[in-house]
Amino acid sequence: MTETGNGTVLEMRGISKFFPGVKALDDVSLTLKQGEVLALIGENGAGKSTLMKVLGGVYQPDSGSILVDGLPCDIESVQKATALGIAFVHQELNLSDNLDVAANVFLGREPRNRDFLKLVDRKKINADTQVLLDKIELDCAPTEIVGNLSLGNQQMIEIAKALSINAKILIMDEPTSSLCVRESEQLFKVIKDLRNHGISVIYISHRMGEVVDLADRVIALRDGRNSGFLAKAEISAMSMIKLMVGRDVEKFYHKDHEATDIPVFECKDFIVPEHPGNPVNLVVRRGEILVMAGLVGAGRTELAHALFGITKALGGEVLVEGTRYSIDDPKDAIAAGIALVPEDRKQCGLVIEQSIERNITLAGLDACQKMKLIDFGKVRTIASRMAGALDVRMSGIEQAVENLSGGNQQKVVLAKWLSMGPRVLVLDEPTRGIDVVAKEEIYRLIEKLAAEGVAMLVISSEMQEVLGIADRIVVMHEGAISGELQKAEFSEEAVMKLAMGCN
Amino acid sequence: MKKYIGIASILLGIIVFTTILDPQFFSPYNIMNLFRWTGLFGILSIGVGFVIMTGGIDLSVGSIVGFLGALSVNLLVTRSWSIPAVIVFTIVFSMAIGLVQGLLVTKVKIQSFVVTLTGLFIYRGLSRFFTNDVTQGLGNDFAGLKFLVKGTFPADFFPNDSAPQFLKDWSLPMPFMIMLVIAIGLSVFLNRSIYGRYILALGRNEKAARFSGIDTDRMIVITYIISATCAGIGGFLFALDLNSVQPSTAGNMYELYAIAGCVVGGISLRGGVGNIAGVIIGVAIVRVLYNAINIVGIPNTLEYVVIGLVILIGVGADEVRKNYGIKKRMMRIRAEIKTPAAGRIA
Repeated sequence: MTETGNGTVLEMRGISKFFPGVKALDDVSLTLKQGEVLALIGENGAGKSTLMKVLGGVYQPDSGSILVDGLPCDIESVQKATALGIAFVHQELNLSDNLDVAANVFLGREPRNRDFLKLVDRKKINADTQVLLDKIELDCAPTEIVGNLSLGNQQMIEIAKALSINAKILIMDEPTSSLCVRESEQLFKVIKDLRNHGISVIYISHRMGEVVDLADRVIALRDGRNSGFLAKAEISAMSMIKLMVGRDVEKFYHKDHEATDIPVFECKDFIVPEHPGNPVNLVVRRGEILVMAGLVGAGRTELAHALFGITKALGGEVLVEGTRYSIDDPKDAIAAGIALVPEDRKQCGLVIEQSIERNITLAGLDACQKMKLIDFGKVRTIASRMAGALDVRMSGIEQAVENLSGGNQQKVVLAKWLSMGPRVLVLDEPTRGIDVVAKEEIYRLIEKLAAEGVAMLVISSEMQEVLGIADRIVVMHEGAISGELQKAEFSEEAVMKLAMGCN
Repeated sequence: MKKYIGIASILLGIIVFTTILDPQFFSPYNIMNLFRWTGLFGILSIGVGFVIMTGGIDLSVGSIVGFLGALSVNLLVTRSWSIPAVIVFTIVFSMAIGLVQGLLVTKVKIQSFVVTLTGLFIYRGLSRFFTNDVTQGLGNDFAGLKFLVKGTFPADFFPNDSAPQFLKDWSLPMPFMIMLVIAIGLSVFLNRSIYGRYILALGRNEKAARFSGIDTDRMIVITYIISATCAGIGGFLFALDLNSVQPSTAGNMYELYAIAGCVVGGISLRGGVGNIAGVIIGVAIVRVLYNAINIVGIPNTLEYVVIGLVILIGVGADEVRKNYGIKKRMMRIRAEIKTPAAGRIA
């Protein structure tokens, strides 16, 4: 690690970052040469984003040092990173689509007229923007409204914005995730062009093909540690997957349920509105935990929403215990015995300011009424019983849910649905943002419900979780089921391959 | 009960303060008038309160008061409809107005501010058109019907005027009694029916309510129907009380008084909270303040300033207190989120 010689623009040495209870980065090092594209790869949760946030000044490392152009730097803020020539192009666009291109590129740094009104110097801002647009060969006027541009071109504007601060180091986090093939190719051309002009790019991507095509070097992270480097000649999909996987999978539970052959939940040629070209077929059998794996954004949440009637499926059918149900609304799903524990607990799962009791009984209130008047005794009994059964740590059922920890909040969501006795339970990232102890409790609960005969469909992006709790795994890639794995075929590598869409 | 102590003591404070400055404030006549106006405006505020609880707003209330006030008097006097027919018509017609507004908000997805603002213009215009902009008066007829606003309880329910003088002085005017009946009915709806829980849940977090299988659109439409119906009933009673309706001005700005009553009464414009007793106290504060300004001798021209300032200070103090609580909570939640989420950051 002493190659601070010619051409090294950035060196991160022994970076560690702790969050309470978690080691997000553990002694990670990285070097970046001038005019190279360095691909940063790793599974969901491997620490890629945390490392880049350290570099971008969002997080402060707990130990380690950062050298820019051979000089040690303390990047204590995003402004400092910008001043050092480090620019970040985020996965989501951060543009004001009601403003024009020039206004977006120079937002907050507009050139002003020299008179006393200090109005924006329209001539200069447009001329400066034009120079940047020429540099990335983007054919649009500085006065074009950003909202009128294609997503690909909006991505280009983000790059122009990065260049406008004279960035030497450009960090790109999955820039192609929302682009079509043609737009991606244009982007690659620009990236290669920037490289030829001596700008260094750190490129985060899950798409193996892109990395092979683009990267000069690959650095892989696994569980917050360096897991290896690849030189240009060594880069291939297989070699990258090898670096990303290879962890021992812990057993999360003692299996005491037995999967049967009896299908409880089936969807046939089910068409999710977001991915109309990919009909989905699924079967979950009695006593079985089916885990749906895939990369973030593979279309699993959209599928769950369509199955639950939040969005309306464009076609196909849903069968629960052999009976066909048409699901146009969450009400229909609930009537069919389907429950959804959504990914976004705070936005979709809970009315967080309200009490535990109100949250647990919200979906099942219709069963606790006489002439639409609430049977308060019954409501309290159900809430207390469910909260007790799931061991929600609370001061009482009148406590507001917002005062509970993440794990206990999730238990309240689960209590709400279990109080209705569902036949099919869809859990979307059920342990996201939850501490280890609560995670364990939720795994045990999933196990118990499967043993009781509830069909369990668990969506998870955490490899340990996927391999640890599944009886069978289906993997989704860009809206389509890319494969299915039986217990004997389980391996991190197999899941990764399917998730990346390489067969 | 705790939540009423703040506003109830403000109300009491204004009453005591004004009585000390001028004991005439506490005369039976003045107090009875205050109850009457609190009743009339209370009906409007309670209705609007339901829309506000869902996170919406209803600006059409004042125009509905004018429109249905003018229309009902016109039907009674000019078109000689029977009294029951007019009452049924008023209620059904205002329900229909609420239904249309609710559907525009939920199905066409126009913002409630815009839907009810256009309603404010349209109903005002319609009331002028249908009456040729001529003042609709009841004259000296309909004494029986006017008992709904002029009568008192329990004094006027004694046979042959046999109530003792004390009761005659301190009885509650009928509009206040009508408001109480509406308030009790809607309190049961809000606090004891499953729909009340649905409305408060969706007002806080519509998405979570929908993810729990609640027909959120239907619940929202119901609140617009409640608001418009209360406004229609209120319009009819205001017409009886004032004995005549000026189509171009009757009910002007009443929507703002109604909203002010809710806001003072503790209904957050962010939705999800509401209690009807608070709204009644809130309305009473606005009415008493209005009355106190005249009695204490503050120039009439300053009355809006005083009302505005008192509402601002009252609600402002409440928000400052709440924001402090939220800030503390956010800090705790942030500390919690950092812990477990970190392991997942990709």
